Amino acid sequence: MAEQFNAYTKEVLKRFTNPKHFGEIKNPDGVGQVGNPVCGDVMKIYLKIDKKTEKIKDIKFQTFGCVSAIASSDALCELAKGKTISEAKKITNKAIVDKLEGLPSIKIHCSVLGANGLKKAIEDYEFKTGKISKKSERYDDEDGSCEGNCAIAG
Amino acid sequence: MEVNMLFNKQKSIYLDNAATTSVDKEVVEAMIPYFSEKYGNASSQHLIGQEAKRALEESREIIAKSIGAKRDEIIFTGSGTEANNFVLKGLFFANKDNKKNHIITTKIEHDCILNACKWLETQGAKVTYLNVNNEGFIDLNELKKSITPETLIVSVIHGNNEIGTIQDLKEIGKICKERGVHFHTDACQSYTKTDIDVNKQNLDFVTLNAHKIHGPKGVGALFIRKGIKIIPLLHGGGHEFGLRSSTENVPGIVGFAKSVRIAKESNIKHMEKLRDKLIEGILKIPNTQLNGPRDKRLCNNINVCFNNIEGEAIGGFLDSYGISSSTGSACSSHSLEPSHVLKAIGRTHVQINSSVRLSISKFTTDEEIDYVLEILNKIVDKLRKMSPIK
Repeated sequence: MAEQFNAYTKEVLKRFTNPKHFGEIKNPDGVGQVGNPVCGDVMKIYLKIDKKTEKIKDIKFQTFGCVSAIASSDALCELAKGKTISEAKKITNKAIVDKLEGLPSIKIHCSVLGANGLKKAIEDYEFKTGKISKKSERYDDEDGSCEGNCAIAG
Repeated sequence: MEVNMLFNKQKSIYLDNAATTSVDKEVVEAMIPYFSEKYGNASSQHLIGQEAKRALEESREIIAKSIGAKRDEIIFTGSGTEANNFVLKGLFFANKDNKKNHIITTKIEHDCILNACKWLETQGAKVTYLNVNNEGFIDLNELKKSITPETLIVSVIHGNNEIGTIQDLKEIGKICKERGVHFHTDACQSYTKTDIDVNKQNLDFVTLNAHKIHGPKGVGALFIRKGIKIIPLLHGGGHEFGLRSSTENVPGIVGFAKSVRIAKESNIKHMEKLRDKLIEGILKIPNTQLNGPRDKRLCNNINVCFNNIEGEAIGGFLDSYGISSSTGSACSSHSLEPSHVLKAIGRTHVQINSSVRLSISKFTTDEEIDYVLEILNKIVDKLRKMSPIK
């Protein structure tokens, strides 16, 4: 009854209050950091990858952010764990929103941050293992130039 | 499981009293007869109408006395926002032909003052927005220097809604009197919590409202010193001395007066004690900073920056434990802009995003503060472990 007035779904609140995948991976195979503390969200994704199967063995996040940012990070990790690199690359922000059973429209940017964080971490892995020669700069918005508008722009 | 508490809140600790307060049961009781028994229109000449009129005027007297004003210097409005708009716009338009088009206000006003000023700038007003120091106090010398022969009014918020800073109305009033400019204060947050005396403080206009002091929503009041010409916002049947037409909200006004009557000095002492306990408890958590001053602070306001974690995440966690708080963060659902008040006291974007406001009331208990501190310690630790920023 009260839920329909609540800005967040049960799934968002569950993942926010009890995230399963937060933490740091020592000696990760790939790391991706996106966002900017000025805007209010920073997400760091750590990957451990099975070199033979190219499957994500472990994935963890650290997030400075709001309820939706933390829940999105946790949902992303859940979606990516056990997937191959090529499968994981296809994870969209919409998949994160679906996993969370919805996000308030004003918070969709948090799911975008999640999807980008994973892409960036995978890129880091591919760069380190020589699969790509250059990292794209698409997700690099942590240079401090942000004026606090990413919440809208994201 | 924690998440269950989200939906079957065992505890409900309301620490957002700067947003609004619960209506005191005594206030509700005072209001009830004016809905279905004494429901008259205060403008009607018959007995039922006159009964309403009497209640209206008695209420006006109570509000007037509480700030040292006369009965006919109080106008009831529909909100604090309306009263603030009325002062600035009404006075500006009343002085359109005498070259007095300069308004002085501060950078830490409520949005209704700032946005009314911005709109008045499109109508030919010149506005000076005074700076504040890192505790939120204006500089009296800057004020003096800002006054010009064109200055019409100085409008300064009494108790700040976000960081609790209480400005020195007496000193500001003295300057305004010396320089012959009108003086207005928005006292929505400070009313019944700290002294307001329109004569000692040389005030020409004071904005008050009911719902921050355990009265009903939808009722405000404006003190207008006798003899000052002001143009009404609402034209109509000539209610409220011709300054604010609309059939008076008698139950609401009666409730407003009741909330003023039951306000007590001991409530202030109670809130001050709990405020200090909460502030001291929070500041024991490493890497926290108080926003706003320790002294000359509203008795119910606490605003703290928990470095390296996001304010809204703290708010979300507190909510899961049944504790209502508020953030000045860019993430707060209404506005994506970071707090202009925290910006004005020199906080960085990151610090603003990490700040939380807790505002107590006369109903807050010592046990509740203990519980809030226990929970805060827990969740700040958890969120800091989750944060990539160290």
